Amino acid sequence: MNKYSPEHARYLLGIKRRKILVNAWRWGILVIFILLWEIFARVGVIDAFIMSSPSRIIKTIGELLNGGTLFYHVWITLYETVLGFLIATILGSFIAILFWWWATLNSILEPYMVVLNALPKIALGPIIIIWVGAGQQAIITMAVLVCIIITIINMQNAFYGVEKEKLLLMRTMHATKLQILTKLVIPASIPAFISNLKINVGLSWVGSIIGEYLVSKAGLGYLIVYGGQIFKLDLVMCSTVILCALAGGMYAVVALLEKKLSSNRR
Amino acid sequence: MTEFLRLDDVSFNYHSKQGETKALENVTLTVKEHEFFGIVGPSGSGKTTILSLIAGILSPNGGKITLLGKPVKEETGITGYMLQKDHLFEWRTIEQNVMLGLELKRDVTKESKDRVLNLLEKYGLIDFKDKYPGELSGGMRQRVALIRTLALSPKLLLLDEPFSALDYVTRLSVCNDVYRIIKNEKITTILISHDISEAISLCDRIAMLTERPAKVKKIFDVEIEGDSPLKKRESSSFSTMFEKVWKELGVQI
Repeated sequence: MNKYSPEHARYLLGIKRRKILVNAWRWGILVIFILLWEIFARVGVIDAFIMSSPSRIIKTIGELLNGGTLFYHVWITLYETVLGFLIATILGSFIAILFWWWATLNSILEPYMVVLNALPKIALGPIIIIWVGAGQQAIITMAVLVCIIITIINMQNAFYGVEKEKLLLMRTMHATKLQILTKLVIPASIPAFISNLKINVGLSWVGSIIGEYLVSKAGLGYLIVYGGQIFKLDLVMCSTVILCALAGGMYAVVALLEKKLSSNRR
Repeated sequence: MTEFLRLDDVSFNYHSKQGETKALENVTLTVKEHEFFGIVGPSGSGKTTILSLIAGILSPNGGKITLLGKPVKEETGITGYMLQKDHLFEWRTIEQNVMLGLELKRDVTKESKDRVLNLLEKYGLIDFKDKYPGELSGGMRQRVALIRTLALSPKLLLLDEPFSALDYVTRLSVCNDVYRIIKNEKITTILISHDISEAISLCDRIAMLTERPAKVKKIFDVEIEGDSPLKKRESSSFSTMFEKVWKELGVQI
């Protein structure tokens, strides 16, 4: 195994060095940023009241933990986001399948989809609140709306992007339309589905936080708005940091799913 | 040899927004049982259209196609179609890929599965049955595609330039393998190709088509000694035959 030529050993070393360098800088930037932030806040270069500081953020997280409300707010937002994410992904993919099945329906509704996609969903906020009520249901609806249109469009593109010749192959073997869907179109669209999941992870957070800005009594979006109103930047920053961690975590879960699903294709 | 397939005055038109294109006009030809029949002609001369008609994917605008004495539309399931590219499904193993046709026919039984595995075994692919298409070379993939077609036990095999996506060396050897497999399984075969030498090395008879709208210009009987395409290419009568077909094609250079 270790009988590489010196040249190859140098090549491998180069790759290893690069990897270490990238990782060192990744963490380094974060550490330096936090340190500078803390130092500048302590010596008074920046105003900790407006900019907050790492130590104050940790203190705020501690307070929320002791008050027992941290997990409550996190849970509320996480619940809205994940539910919105799941509904949008499942319903959106299902609608995309219907559009594939009835191509004429697809042609008829295409301009409506284009407009709905271009429309900033936040504009629908007041309508949503009046229609579904001012509560969590409105926030979940917002999260669904933000994700679902792009899901339909992405999945449709994937379905219609299946090679024409593969469809011909299925027809030469006398496959039914349902068989073409289940044995070719859906499996061929799995990579597109995964990349759509990744997009939806980001968008569902956008939806739930917008929703909480509009109407909420709890959640991280609520804490951010509330913190802003009472000028408690520590609370705003702390909620934002938690949001970063949660969104990153959800992305990691999807990445793990991708690894699992793509392990049997090369 | 008995008459196997017959095309009588077959015509076909394509429709598009720009207008109507006559692809075939009064094509008449017969194919005998166990024959290796080639169709060559200028590109865009409707060669693929003929195969699609025989496979029953398209219906002729005029004329009749009879396969084993019955009109083609009713005879679904006895033709196997092989395309230019292998189009193996990346998410299926080799075994799952060759089983595709049987799955679609809902005919996955112990016997049918054994038969397919037997084909893989016979043609040197059994060790790869649990691999994915991405792990196989282009030539192997094309052989898998052939076995996927043969899994349905077709009586008539339609080959649509099945080697054109391969590089030259692979092409010669896969061509040899495919010929051996087809002759072994004794299946009547129609090959379309724009490569004259390939058609000569494989076929018993070759029909040449005219420019669009295509008609049959001439039918050649190919009699070249050798029991494989590679052997036939070495034969002295090969180049004579090539010249004959080439002249008839009348390409303006």
